Amino acid sequence: MDTLFNFLYASIIASTPLLFGTVGEILSEKVGNMNLGVEGMMWLGAFAGFYAAYKTESFLISLLASFGLAAVGALIYAFLTVTLKANQNVTGLTLTTFGIGLSLVFGKAMITAAGGAPKTSDVFNAKVAAINIPVLSDIPYIGKIIFGLNPYVYIAVAIAIILYVYLMKTKTGLNLRAIGENPAAADASGINVNLMKYINIIIGGGICGIGGAYMSLVMVNGSWQDSGVVNGYGWIAVALVIFSSWNPAKAILGSLIFGMFSSLRYYVPSDIIVIPTAFYQMLPFVVTTIVLIVTSIKKNKENTQPAACGINYFREER
Amino acid sequence: MKKSVRIIALILALATVFALVGCGKQTGGEGETQDTTLAEGQTFAPIPADKIKIGVVHITSKDDTSGYTYAHQKGIEEMAAALGLKSEQIVIRDNVDDNDVEATKAALQDLVDAGCDVIFATSYNYMDAVEEYAEKYPDIIFSHCSGYKSNGKNFNNYFGRIYEARYLSGIAAGLKAKELGVPIVGFVGAKGSDNSEVTGGINAFALGVQSVYPECEVLVKITGEWYDPAAEGIAAKALIDAGAVVLSQHCDSDTVQTTAAQAGRFGVGYNSDMTPSAPNNHLTAPIWNWGVYYTQTVEAIIKGEWKCENYYEGYNVNLVGLSPLNEKAIAHGTKEAVEEAQKKIASGELFVFSGPLYDNQGNQILKEGEKLTDEQITGEINYYIKGVRVL
Repeated sequence: MDTLFNFLYASIIASTPLLFGTVGEILSEKVGNMNLGVEGMMWLGAFAGFYAAYKTESFLISLLASFGLAAVGALIYAFLTVTLKANQNVTGLTLTTFGIGLSLVFGKAMITAAGGAPKTSDVFNAKVAAINIPVLSDIPYIGKIIFGLNPYVYIAVAIAIILYVYLMKTKTGLNLRAIGENPAAADASGINVNLMKYINIIIGGGICGIGGAYMSLVMVNGSWQDSGVVNGYGWIAVALVIFSSWNPAKAILGSLIFGMFSSLRYYVPSDIIVIPTAFYQMLPFVVTTIVLIVTSIKKNKENTQPAACGINYFREER
Repeated sequence: MKKSVRIIALILALATVFALVGCGKQTGGEGETQDTTLAEGQTFAPIPADKIKIGVVHITSKDDTSGYTYAHQKGIEEMAAALGLKSEQIVIRDNVDDNDVEATKAALQDLVDAGCDVIFATSYNYMDAVEEYAEKYPDIIFSHCSGYKSNGKNFNNYFGRIYEARYLSGIAAGLKAKELGVPIVGFVGAKGSDNSEVTGGINAFALGVQSVYPECEVLVKITGEWYDPAAEGIAAKALIDAGAVVLSQHCDSDTVQTTAAQAGRFGVGYNSDMTPSAPNNHLTAPIWNWGVYYTQTVEAIIKGEWKCENYYEGYNVNLVGLSPLNEKAIAHGTKEAVEEAQKKIASGELFVFSGPLYDNQGNQILKEGEKLTDEQITGEINYYIKGVRVL
């Protein structure tokens, strides 16, 4: 029983960066822009969030910095794809390369300046440590996994819920979804397509960035690593968008399942159940493929990619 | 139209994902089998110390502050200082991906063109490219770390008995666990039992633990990657959940140490002194002193005494060692116990892998009085010894 809840706890910890990345990307894809730069934006956020935490010891400044720098990355992407109509896939991939390179270069400079691997202070670490609410956190088993998590987890879930309400229940959300499905129709009905695209791509990018900061500050305990820490989580988030069928609420469950995939192999007693490591590494992608096949067979309009996602909107070609 | 775009986009996304999974970074020259056939002597003419030029190929940045490349670079710098070489006599090509044959060859060609007399290639997968270049340029000495190939003329390999240091670090870990009264120690390994270096290292560590705390169990988690800080953190947490009080590692980041420290557990690092990462919880770390090999080799080349022989040494020449024991964390009596064992290893009185030795399935590996050979240590340890449990 203990093992099960320890496993669940570890899965929640591992799923959080994925949740940030996924809901950020959902926001971008919902306005019709497939941003493959999630990985790069997470790297940017990982660096900026770490640097701010390292210098200021402030959780809020660190949060804003990670959001901010990743949002700048997303702004570049938005400018290239929305205004200049560059190919979305290529631009996204470029953003990934750019984000990784930039944070490694500045990360290296930070290491050189510190004369060794920089670390966040104990003061800051205490701010991002798992919270402890008297009585509630002490409830056997579920206390820890509901009331004993670090603040990022609650922020991630809150963002996912807010985005769900925003996308599905508000008029602005409806407009936004209209852009993703048919920008020409949205334009004709008086929605400012480009402005909406910009805003949502940038906010989405910033959210991805927080996920990166979570990785450098919580998952590796606030120690800057020579070769970075994000290493592929952004790509899993892109797959997770499909898995959660472009729904931020489903993304909570989806990222938890994918988080389980990353921690599963450390909690399965492998002296009893022998499964090759490669199998666990393959799981997220196999599951995504299966979900993709199942959803395309069901042909449910609600659960598919926005119709205009990946296609740039030329107003003049209506 | 839109459907095809969608499909293409997906394929692209997935392709990239798989590509990323495929090119998981291999930081570390991790040896397989060591070819110990000795060279047919070819001698090279002496080269004046102020004329010699040394080339180095590193897998990651020469400016790393810890880890595998850091240890090699430190060795190169120690060699240059010991022999009074100027910085322009050392030519470095770093961040050369060892899975990229073309990049490896380009780096080697650069060093050849720069007029290097000897080229050190520090990572395992450089091996085949180095072999090719050694044939092509018979007047240049090529020295490759952690592989098993050599040509008896101008191409040798070098590596060391890091397992000796792991054994000693096991003593420190075992004493700490004993002091805490919990017979569970953890180990995060990068590779599974198909990798003899990691597996042998785990076994040596476990033997060290058991030498001071016989009933102590060593639990192992395998990440599958040399460098994956997030996964190393999850694995360390899982070991803590399983009750481990001291965590050791054979992987490249310091996440295992920081995770242990945060949970109030203790740790044994690797490659460099990780005490700065966990000031109150890190006990010690097995480290490399590559300067020993580089100094000896370059000195021999300068004197014209270099012979093409494979190099596999350990505590006897201080090629391996332990980082300073952390007084804030170690158990009482650790220093004495480690020093005593260290003397015995250096003098040859204690050989880590000697019988009787059983694997964790109950098979006898070595009988009383038997020892593992160097070939077996570098290439054939594919079992875990008694007391080790892979979880």
